[in-house]
Amino acid sequence: MVELLWLIPALPLAGFVVLLFFGKRIGEPVAGWLGTAAVGAAFLTAIVVFAGLWNEPDHTYELSLFTWIPAGDFHVDIGFLLDPLSMAMVLFITGIATLIHLYSIGYMHGDERFPRFFTYLNLFVFSMLMLVLGDNLVLTFLGWEGVGACSYFLISFWFTKDANATAGKKAFITNRVGDWGFMVGTFIVFFAFGTVTYTQFLPQASGLAQTTATFIAVMMLVGAIGKSAQLPLFIWLPDAMAGPTPVSALIHAATMVTAGVYLLVRLNPILAASADWVPWAIAIVGCATAFVAATIAVAQTDIKKVLAYSTVSQLGYMFLAVGSGGYSAAIFHMITHAFFKACLFLGAGSVIHGMHDQQDMRFMGALRKIMPITAITFMIGWLAISGVIPFSGFWSKDDVLAYALHKNFFLYLFGLIAALFTAFYMSREVFLVFFGKARWGESAEAELANLKAHGVGAGATPLHAGTVGDPDADLGAVTDDEIEHATTVHPHESVWMMTVPLVVLAFFAATAGVLNLPFTENMEFLNRWLEPVIGQYQAHLEESTLQLVVELTISTIVALSGIALAYAVYMKHKVKASKVEHPILFHGWYIDHGVTLFMGGPGRKLFDLAATFDRVVIDGAVNGVGRLTRGGASHLRSIQNGYVRWYALMIGLGTVLILAFILTQVNF
Amino acid sequence: MDGNLELAYLSLSAILFVIGGVGLLVRRNPLVMIMCVELMLNAVNLSFVTFGKMLDDISGQVIVFFVLVVAAAEVVVGLALIVAYTRRRPDANADDIRLLRG
Repeated sequence: MVELLWLIPALPLAGFVVLLFFGKRIGEPVAGWLGTAAVGAAFLTAIVVFAGLWNEPDHTYELSLFTWIPAGDFHVDIGFLLDPLSMAMVLFITGIATLIHLYSIGYMHGDERFPRFFTYLNLFVFSMLMLVLGDNLVLTFLGWEGVGACSYFLISFWFTKDANATAGKKAFITNRVGDWGFMVGTFIVFFAFGTVTYTQFLPQASGLAQTTATFIAVMMLVGAIGKSAQLPLFIWLPDAMAGPTPVSALIHAATMVTAGVYLLVRLNPILAASADWVPWAIAIVGCATAFVAATIAVAQTDIKKVLAYSTVSQLGYMFLAVGSGGYSAAIFHMITHAFFKACLFLGAGSVIHGMHDQQDMRFMGALRKIMPITAITFMIGWLAISGVIPFSGFWSKDDVLAYALHKNFFLYLFGLIAALFTAFYMSREVFLVFFGKARWGESAEAELANLKAHGVGAGATPLHAGTVGDPDADLGAVTDDEIEHATTVHPHESVWMMTVPLVVLAFFAATAGVLNLPFTENMEFLNRWLEPVIGQYQAHLEESTLQLVVELTISTIVALSGIALAYAVYMKHKVKASKVEHPILFHGWYIDHGVTLFMGGPGRKLFDLAATFDRVVIDGAVNGVGRLTRGGASHLRSIQNGYVRWYALMIGLGTVLILAFILTQVNF
Repeated sequence: MDGNLELAYLSLSAILFVIGGVGLLVRRNPLVMIMCVELMLNAVNLSFVTFGKMLDDISGQVIVFFVLVVAAAEVVVGLALIVAYTRRRPDANADDIRLLRG
């Protein structure tokens, strides 16, 4: 059964090809069902293959289809490496992708490029599967670039709006920095081992010189930082929310952005062989990202922006886990995060859809009665991400924090503070969207007038609008146009294609914690399952029951206090919201602005210098050689005049010269 | 055969060769130019035979046969070209045929 492995990526690829050529003719909604069926079949195949994988030694199976790049002794195969790590990834990728495809049929209803959307989605799923299944770095890189390209296509899917096209370009260019790291890392792997196949070079990693291993690890870390939106390259992810919401859920929350974490976990022997400061760097990057992004999320007004920064923050937790040696914790959090964040994004999409493309939380409120299914599922996701016992996020976040504590107390402390912020901003989102008074519809004029005057919290000063990176934008938040738009809205619950995925995802968001309960070793299913891949270099926790209980209690207290604080601010209005939503946070610590300033100022001069160097020295050398050749030739050609008698004279003269030369050299 | 006779043969050969070479350079009629080339070839043949006699070596005469064969072949090709070109342009000389200039 495990031989069916090749079908898993082949099915979405087939879906992509069919939709690419016949998508327009198939049309809505059949194109959507076709795309969903392709990915759904891949998911079913994955389950069958999973059952077959049990019987394989070490739960590992390799399948090589054909040689892709033959170059003497070195060759790159189209080959798959199915081991516990890639199996876990494949299962949740195809599962969640199927649900999001189904959801998209409802969400994209009426869009004139409906079939094209599913074409891209299928291509994305194919690329993502190649990324995790590829048995060598080059094939992984193919998938890595494939998902990047799909991300670009889908962020700027509605490209007629300037902002969307710009966001796509921003994501693409920022990702290139990371791709550079990945490529250099691959080159060094090739130089060091002569091969890029995982099963060939990873077992040799322990014999590698420490400097080489460090270099590889750092370059791969750069790649992972770019793809997984960590400090300082996270700036593309919030802007990526310009894409349709299912895209945000699938690509920019559940799957693609976790590729960096996957890469680091896959290369764990290299990390183990590198210098001690490399895992420290990974942990610090992760911890700082988790903290900074969580604080930014507190002050966002766009329902999706909050979730975007939240994703960045949660990815930071995964990096923290990898840096602390808790590879299984990273994968565990990746899986639970995929469930609850996909659930939250799809819930947000359902709200946006029901509110007629309104994304601003200031014009929502009291939606729980109108959208009961969306509200309940969204709140399950909220409890999961906030870390409330017994939802999935509680267990995985606690697992990550346990490894962080094992590494260093301050990593743990900042992780906890980030968790407090997480609970706070998610509660804020839930309260603003589903509770309180309605700030939309014809009867809400009083509320809207209050909003215009004071912002969300009663008596608060106006909220801060304006785009990120532009701190001088008008801070007087709400315009009359926005008010008028808000009064004409009639929200409604979404169709079944959208609510069914919500319910399924909410179920897993609530229960996925059972994958890895920390109480006894027998209950750590995921940990034991991943043992063949990561067991050798995983940090070993030796926690007493008491320590475990204390940690779980602290986590619970932190989560509940975050929710309580948000309740005090946004439901009871004990504190002015504007005091919490500081402009620095709204503008994302001015990181975007700083990048713009640098690139527009000193950076621009640097680029101009590089361009001048390119024009004068590089182009000069190339053009100079050309000019020299042309000039010399135009003089030489005058000898070739076409007169036979001239040639005869030249032959005669040449003969005489050669004879004279020989006669002077020979001794008689 | 005494030394003076050999010198006479070699001198005749040199004179014939120079006549042929100068004729090749100064005349424009293709037919005459071919004849000049033949003259040069035969001048060389003469010196081959003379040297063969001087050194008492038969190879000198053998090479002459090879030269004659090659010269015959060359004349066949050369004359055919000249005939073909003269039919097309009866008054053409060698300097008119210069399409292959650089």
